[in-house]
Parts: sequence; structure tokens; C-alpha cells
Amino acid sequence: MSNNAMTGAEILIKALTDQGVDTIFGYPGGAVLPIYDALFKQNSIRHILVRQEGGAVHAAEGYARSTGKPGVVLVTSGPGATNAVTGLTDALMDSIPIVCLTGQVATHMIGNDAFQECDTTGITRPCTKHNYLVRDAADLARVVHEGFYVATNGRPGPVVIDIPKDIQINTADYTPPEKVRHRTYRPRVKGDLEKIREAVEMIANAERPVFYTGGGIINAGPKASALLTQFVRMTGYPITNTLMGLGGYPASDRQYLGMLGMHGSYEANWAMHDCDVMICIGARFDDRVTGRLDAFSPKSKKIHIDIDPSSINKNVRVDLPIIGDAAHILEDMIRIWKAGARQVDPARIEPWWRQIDIWRARNSFAYEQTDKLIKPQRAIEALYDKIKDRDPYITTEVGQHQMWAAQLFKFESPNRWMTSGGLGTMGYGLPAAMGAQIAHPDKLVVDIAGEASIMMNIQEMSTLAQYKLPVKIFILNNQWMGMVRQWQELMHGKRYSESYVESLPDFVKLAESFGAVGLKAETPDEMDSLIDEMIAVDRPVIADVRVDPAENVYPMVPSGAAHNEMILGNEAGAESPQATDQGLALV
Amino acid sequence: MQDTIERHTISAVVDNESGVLARVIGLFSGRGYNIDSLTVSEVDRDNGISRINIVTTGTPMIIEQIKAQLDRLVPVHRVADLTVQGPHIERELALLKVRNSGEKRVEALRIADIFRARAVDATDRSFVFEITGSASKIDAFADLMRPLGLVDMSRTGVAAISRGPDEI
Repeated sequence: MSNNAMTGAEILIKALTDQGVDTIFGYPGGAVLPIYDALFKQNSIRHILVRQEGGAVHAAEGYARSTGKPGVVLVTSGPGATNAVTGLTDALMDSIPIVCLTGQVATHMIGNDAFQECDTTGITRPCTKHNYLVRDAADLARVVHEGFYVATNGRPGPVVIDIPKDIQINTADYTPPEKVRHRTYRPRVKGDLEKIREAVEMIANAERPVFYTGGGIINAGPKASALLTQFVRMTGYPITNTLMGLGGYPASDRQYLGMLGMHGSYEANWAMHDCDVMICIGARFDDRVTGRLDAFSPKSKKIHIDIDPSSINKNVRVDLPIIGDAAHILEDMIRIWKAGARQVDPARIEPWWRQIDIWRARNSFAYEQTDKLIKPQRAIEALYDKIKDRDPYITTEVGQHQMWAAQLFKFESPNRWMTSGGLGTMGYGLPAAMGAQIAHPDKLVVDIAGEASIMMNIQEMSTLAQYKLPVKIFILNNQWMGMVRQWQELMHGKRYSESYVESLPDFVKLAESFGAVGLKAETPDEMDSLIDEMIAVDRPVIADVRVDPAENVYPMVPSGAAHNEMILGNEAGAESPQATDQGLALV
Repeated sequence: MQDTIERHTISAVVDNESGVLARVIGLFSGRGYNIDSLTVSEVDRDNGISRINIVTTGTPMIIEQIKAQLDRLVPVHRVADLTVQGPHIERELALLKVRNSGEKRVEALRIADIFRARAVDATDRSFVFEITGSASKIDAFADLMRPLGLVDMSRTGVAAISRGPDEI
């Protein structure tokens, strides 16, 4: 060992700094005290103290999703690590790059059921992209550099690095990032050119094409969104985005059909069903998109572009898979398209657009206009109208409010929309907004919430207060777990078992107790002024917007139905396919 | 949809690091894949490389998924589907303990001879036989030994390698 030997904790801080980390979300405890001591002695990394470790991981997700950089979490052993599990699973499902550092009892204590010991690598193995237990301080720097490489390359995901307390104290030499090259992990970035040519050929000759793009576009960086927009406009074809893909293509564009899936637009789902060529980029044919698999888009040839080979043919068999990074492949596609001087004959796809316009005319997101009650959709639209010019960052919790936000809030750029898509984690929105606000201190960050979800991580109000984060929490308060109530209404004979949220707090007083501003609206007029007031305040706000408790999210593809069999609301000329018996077993 | 169930022998070259076997097993149990047989052992000590051989069953779509999911694990270098790649050799070793007397002892030795099994332990009322071969050969041998007093059996699981000069 040379004279430059550092303690494990110092090595860790240096490695994080060399990885460009400026912010860590964490919570101290016995097994990470040496790391917190090292943090105390430096100034390059800012530590954000959350109020529960689950909040730290979601905050790191919000930070990552809104910046494109990996989010970093630091928690202690045992309960610190187990509290992080939900967030890790959430990040795995939504492909968010996270590096989560967990303390562990000293190596000689491992396996002895020591105080605050748990098998962190065992528990987190299925909910991380990869995890490590560091057994030697000399390995620590290499493992951290590898961890960042794994979290951010290929399909991004969470990585856990479990660091026993003695490793944090022991001394070793530092290994700089340049000296670390991963032994095995080299995800493919460039697509197979032959296949890309074939895809361009299929796309050029399509008569009823549709682009179906997802979170992979966001993960491939803003360049991928720009290339996607360029390519889609060159073709003149329609495009739909998944929940995770919103903002990947400008939502106000005429070629945009809105979100697809269980609560997607009528035109998006029908276009997916009736298309002859489907161009899927960075999406994964999940059950919320496909509906009943054997009825999914029966007439189409499917092109699937994804960086993860295991996404290919997982649920839906595709005709032309291309493995690689979305931005690289789109770049090649555009180049090949231009080289062939291809032009889409407008007459060829005109009948397809005419059909799409007929579907569009159903206006499937329509809702009853009334000035008595606040319609939740109206609340989202009013919010959108008042803040759209401020380039806002929007997070959500999970449930009806999330779907209305996804349907009605129009995202023009990537990295502005943060939601828990795959795992559907209630309680995600507030900490995620916190992370986004830390990353973008001068931007408007709004958590569109429900009154049930917000209670799941309400303790993070205290974090907002400590760091003076002016996050706006816009609660669509219907006093129900709205999506649970909706399913019980439609599928369980209106037996509303345990879905009414009793004994809610007074959100105005709750906000005030945390040093935030509390606002409340019960009529549409009050709501408009509430939004103005909320934006004007440079402090955290909880806005309690009392909305129509009976409103449902439409369209809805009931479970077990095909993706073109949608229940529509009254305003869109109600259609009501029923959930099937098999569908009842689905979530 | 093709629903035919196929049996495939898949080999994976992996880093010999702690937890790698748990990752593979967790992948199979977490995603509901079948494991008929699984063996793992270090094959290159200098480079810390192990080889895992898995015999699994599933529809063609599931088999494709299994390979893609295995390949996605960070410590996995390569995944090869020996069943698809062409001719390959599968071998398993088993130790069988037979407890008997009189005519049954003679019969056990006679059958062992036919199967080229070796007696590696003997007492006045038992034998331990060692047999190598395909899994089905070992099944057949065990079936014949059962009425002759088979009381205990230990099998290694399948080791597999492709025929011809190419490495995995």
C-alpha cells in the first residue's frame, strides 16, 4: 500500500466525485457513520436528508429522470436497506439509473444476525439490475465505477453497493475510473444496418403505419426525442406514446395520437389495432398496452427497436427486431431514408389519416362540463393552461389522477414527466418532485397527486421545508382511492370494500404545520384562483382541490378485453364492453 | 402461438463471483421457468470463470426468453443453446446404493455390468455403483435397481459440451 492510502469512506466520496455526483439523497444510521463523517468533511457533494429511505430512492428517481444523470442514494443497513426496496423495484421496472449505497454490518459480523443486519444483496438481487457486496476496501473504488457503468449503460436500472462498516474504515489505494473496464457487460448500442435498411423499407411502403414509442426514447437522451420527432415528421405518420414515453414526441403536434393503452385515447388504441406496420421504439408491449394478447394488433407487421434483447418477443412476437440504442438507430434510419430520397406519397396514407380523424372525432377524453363540481379533468386542463409556458416538471402519484394527468397534460419535451409506470408505486410523486426540484431549483415542479397516495410519503413535507423546495402538490381530492373505487364499481358490483379514505387530514393545516402554504378549492372558480396563488408562492404548497368523487377514467380497456374494446364515458358516446371472467383475475 | 414444450440444454459462461448461482436460480424461480437439471463448476481458475449447464423445458418463446434473460445478467459472459447449435454430448454421473442379499446381489452385479456401472463400495449386504451416461441411461439403470434394493441415490446433474472443434 502506498502513502496515498485512504479510508474506504474517503475512497467512496472520491469515487462519487469522479463520477460527477453532485447530490446524494440519504438517511444516516449506525452502519454508514464513517461515510457520513467523510461527507461532513467535504464540500463537493450535497447531501439531501430525506425523512424515510423510500423517499430517498424516489427522490433520486426524480433527479435521474429529470436530468438524465444517475440518481444516488445512501442508506444504512437493515431497515435502511429494506425501506429502499420499493424504490429500487420501481427503478428497475421503469429503467431508471440509480446507484444505491447501503451500509452493512462489519464483515466479521455478517451472517450472525447482528443488530440492523439484513441480507441486503440477497433481498435486492431480484429488484436491481446488479448488486455488489464489497469485501475489501481495495475493491471499493472499482466497484463504485463499475456500478455507475452498469446503472447507466444498456437498459438503465438500479445498482446496489453494500458496504460493510469495517470496509468504510479500512485503508487502501484509490483506483480512478479510467482504470476500470467491465469484464463482461458490453450492451450493444449500434443497430444492425441490414435490419435498419429492412425496417426503412417496411416503413416506406406502409399504408396504415403507426409509431409506438416508450420510455426508451427518454432514456436514450434528448437527442433521441429530437431524432424521433424529425423522423416521424419526415414520414408524416401517426405516433402514440406510452405512459413512460410521454414527452418523447411533442404532444401538441397534429401527428400525435395521445397516450395508448388501458386508459389511452380511442384513436391511439384503434390505430394500434388496425395498423399494417407498427414501429415500436423503446417500449415493451406490456399488458397495460396490449390488452388481451391474442387480439393485439392482428394485422400488423411489427418492428421492435430496443436496447434490451430480453424485451424482444417477450409478450408479443415481432417480425423485425433491432437491438440497440434508440438514438443511434433513429440516426441510421434517417440517414438511410434520406439516402434513398424516399418520400411518402400523401395519397397512399390519406385514407389512413381519414380513418384516424374519424376515431379522433369521438373525443374520447371528453368529460361533462359543469360549474357546480370541480371535474378532475378540468382541474388538470386548468393547471396545464396556466403553467404550460413555464416549462414545468410534473410528477404524479398513482391512480386516477395519474391517468388524467397522462391524458390531458401535454408534454412537449422529454424529462419533464415523472411517474411510476411499471410498479405503480403510490407515494412516488412527492419525493420524485423533491428530486426534480433539487436538480432544477428555478423551475416549476408540480406533483399531481391523489389524497390517498400523498399520505404514503407525506413525511417528505419536512424535507421540502428543510431545503426550502417550492414543490407544488396539487391534490385531486375525491376522498376515495379512486382507481380502486372505479374497478369496484365496474367489476365488483359497486361493493366499495375499504376504498373510502376516512379521517383525512385537513391538508391546509397539514401544510402549515410543515411551514408550507395550504390552499383549498371547492368550486371551479375557487380552483382557478387557487392555481394562480399556488404558482405565485415561492414556497412549498399543498393544494387541496375537492373534485367530483364519482368521476371515472375513460376510455378504459377492461381487463381481459382486446385493446380496441374500450369503455367510453358518456360524453364520448358511451360504449361498454364488459370485463371477462378471466379478466377478473387480472390486475 | 406455438405451444409445443421443448427440452433444451443451455450453457452459460459466467464470472465465478459470489451470488452468481443465486442470480441464475432466482431468475428461474422469479419468472416461473423450469429447471430439470442445473450444474455449476469453475472451469478456468486463472480467469475466475465458471460454467453453468441448465436443462430446461418450455415453449419456443419461453426458451428464447430464458436465454435473453440469462444473457442480461451482468456477470454472464456468454450463453449457448446446445440443443439449437447442433450435436453435443451430455453426461451425468450417479452413485447408487443397493442393499440386498442372495440372488438379488448377483442380479444387481449382472445389470451393473450391462450398464458399465462400477461397484465402488461393497459390504456383505450392499453395493455402491458408479454410473456415467445420459440422464435417460441413469434413469433406466435406477429403474432396474429399484426392485433389487435401491436405497439411496446421488446424481450430479448434466454436464454438456458441443461436438467438434469449436469452443462455446
